[in-house]
Amino acid sequence: MSDSSFENLPKGWKSVPSDLGSDQTAFKGVQWGKAMMWIFLLSDTFIFSCFLISYMKGRASTVVDWPNTSEVFSLDFMGVPVPLLLIAIMTFVLITSSGTMALAVKYGYEKNKKMCGWFILATAIGGLTFVGMQAYEWSKLIHEGVRPWSNPFGAAQFGSYFFMITGFHGTHVSIGVIFLFIFARKVFRGDFDSGRRGFFTTMKSDYVSIEILGLYWHFVDLVWVFIFAFFYLW
Amino acid sequence: MSDEYEHKLEAKSDYAGDASSVSSPDIDSVPDAELPDQELYHSHSWWTTYVFSQDAKYIGIQYALTAVGTGLLGLVLSWLMRIQLAFPGLGWLDPGAYYQFVTMHGMIMVVYLLTALFLGGFGNLLIPLMCGARDMAFPYVNMLSYWAFVVAVLVLLASFFVPGGPTGAGWTLYPPQAITAGTPGSDMGIILMLISLILFVAGFTMGGLNYIITVLQLRARGMTLMRLPLTIWGIFTATVLAMFAFPALLVGCLMMTLDSLLGTSFFMPAMVSLGETLTHEGGSPILFQHLFWFFGHPEVYIVALPAFGIVSDLLSVHSRKTIFGYRMMVWAIVGIGALSFFVWAHHMYVSGMNPWFGFFFATTTLIIAVPTAIKVYNWILTLWRGNIQLSLPMLFSLGFIVTFLNGGLTGLFLGNVTVDVPLSDTYFVVAHFHMVMGIAPILVIFGAIYHWYPLITGRMMDETLGKIHFWITFIGSYAIYFPMHYQGFVGVPRRYFEIYDSPYIDTSTLLLNKFITIAVLIVGAAQLLFLYNLITSARLGKKSEKNPWKANSLEWQTPQMPPEHGNWGKELPKVYRWPYDFSVPGAKEDYIPQNQPPSEIVGAKVEKT
Repeated sequence: MSDSSFENLPKGWKSVPSDLGSDQTAFKGVQWGKAMMWIFLLSDTFIFSCFLISYMKGRASTVVDWPNTSEVFSLDFMGVPVPLLLIAIMTFVLITSSGTMALAVKYGYEKNKKMCGWFILATAIGGLTFVGMQAYEWSKLIHEGVRPWSNPFGAAQFGSYFFMITGFHGTHVSIGVIFLFIFARKVFRGDFDSGRRGFFTTMKSDYVSIEILGLYWHFVDLVWVFIFAFFYLW
Repeated sequence: MSDEYEHKLEAKSDYAGDASSVSSPDIDSVPDAELPDQELYHSHSWWTTYVFSQDAKYIGIQYALTAVGTGLLGLVLSWLMRIQLAFPGLGWLDPGAYYQFVTMHGMIMVVYLLTALFLGGFGNLLIPLMCGARDMAFPYVNMLSYWAFVVAVLVLLASFFVPGGPTGAGWTLYPPQAITAGTPGSDMGIILMLISLILFVAGFTMGGLNYIITVLQLRARGMTLMRLPLTIWGIFTATVLAMFAFPALLVGCLMMTLDSLLGTSFFMPAMVSLGETLTHEGGSPILFQHLFWFFGHPEVYIVALPAFGIVSDLLSVHSRKTIFGYRMMVWAIVGIGALSFFVWAHHMYVSGMNPWFGFFFATTTLIIAVPTAIKVYNWILTLWRGNIQLSLPMLFSLGFIVTFLNGGLTGLFLGNVTVDVPLSDTYFVVAHFHMVMGIAPILVIFGAIYHWYPLITGRMMDETLGKIHFWITFIGSYAIYFPMHYQGFVGVPRRYFEIYDSPYIDTSTLLLNKFITIAVLIVGAAQLLFLYNLITSARLGKKSEKNPWKANSLEWQTPQMPPEHGNWGKELPKVYRWPYDFSVPGAKEDYIPQNQPPSEIVGAKVEKT
């Protein structure tokens, strides 16, 4: 009865639920907003997974052949069609913007207002460039006759899935860009130093929200890598 | 002295230098809070107090009232359908209207009533109170969640007023028929339904993030995970399921919207409709079924798990006994939640998928029966030799156990491919799912409302009216659904808008249909009695004492009852034990609240929790 000591604690795997269950600190080591963003992203992962699995199923079961992606996605460069040229640039820009975002988070935690703000702006411009190039690619495909309901190169589902999934991802990027601009303004105004309260949420501003935005931005990049692989490389 | 507090001695050194803690004995020490006290949003105007409220309790009530209001519409639709089925000669409904009512009844009850009431209603009301928090982690988003739900409901209701009326595709909304001419509401109705579902998912995601984070991070000092009431475990796990299941619904809805509006062919195969070849080609209707049921099956447990949790607490409180096998109950909830993602295709045995696929899903389906059976046994063992109070919540909980067992057993029938194939699309299926995810959770909801009503209004609901309500509802639902099992066995198909004398239908079903309809109307009338009780008791009910059921969990231990904004007054509660210390030998009272310090109950033989 009295010898409650470490010997009595469960060992091995059994200790895991015991530790988690008996400790009031379990799961409290992370800021709530960050945890919320992680869970949201996990949920969002399920959305994109459903999209991509549906795409695989759709591509596998069409009656008409799938278009040759290296032809459809090629870009004429000095008269020569170069496959994957545009998309390589787009991917490069987006991945780079992830790097600038990481730097913004770093400078944010160092309370270096100026650098943080500029890097957020750089990220936003990267995202904007990406969306712009995507708009260009969409208009190019539309000019060539690709529609959500049909396309001259093969299965109609190609257009359907392409516009839907890249559109859904592009929406994510656009929302991210909007928030990046808002955050850049907040950084330059010094909200995160003064703890100014949010206009809607009335919560105190804190540099951790830059990291939360960063999580979202990196997620959008990661998803793009999968979309890129599934649409352009398959 | 029990051994409960031995581990506290370790914490002693931390407090040695703290002058303020010298006065209280060491056994009362609780680890410090890791997070600073929450900053509360204080409303300033009428709008932010009563309409766009950011207080979780208030949002919970808003959610509950909206859900119940929508659910009443679902109830009325079921009356209309039953009248048509009992008296097909009347020409009460035309086939289109019947299908529309079937569809709206199903969708409203599953999503807009049960999901919203359990998670949005009880979740918002109980999570902060039971965890010992002041509010949800992010009250503003919580408020948005409710209003997104309201918009979703309004869009859904709007579909009654558009040309063509609401969709009549059945609540599963299977394409291609859902968006093909000939199905009622295949133009506007289905679009509004899909948009409404998308809005619901978006709104729920905002709320769900709050529920999860509040449970994980805003628990009071001393509130370990294994001291949480099972209600919270049920709501928490259901929320996690929802966060991962709703994405599939969202994707399915989005793709079907595009199929309908833009003419894409995600789900639409090449087909001839009204003598014309449609432009659709090459889509896969089965894909939608997979997406829908990847959401749809966890959805069953999104409704069931909170009910499991709540009923465990009701049984424990009202039989004055520790819940049997608390940890087992927790792991059963989590296990059922995890398994629920691997059983979805048992809804698709007759869809033409590969039989081996069905074999796999039959196996996983039957495995789910194991943790579920553990729970049923534990409920019964909780009652065993308990001091059972036949209060209203207890009556409804007992009703739940029987009903759930009944529905669960027919689930085992339907989980097996060979048994399911002949029973598929008969009234046996209708009876099964109404028993297991209609009546059973609703009984828990009633029990929970009778139990927590004093917490919201400070008054008790009328006992006599409640008992009449219980017996009519309980016996009435058996009168409704038992005959349906039989109807299913003799092969009455579901979704037929009229069943009359024909060589293929047993004549006994015609009489049964009339019997069922009469039972439906009586049960329905009893619900009006409940509503009357619910409304009038808020003003005229007997004043409740502070902790009317002598419960242990934190929601009854607030300084004021009903709890005020911020719930806990100046200081957050400290938690010393789990909420199930009832009838402890050596204790003065037969209950020991979670926040009663050990020094006040010296001599009680409490379990170490």
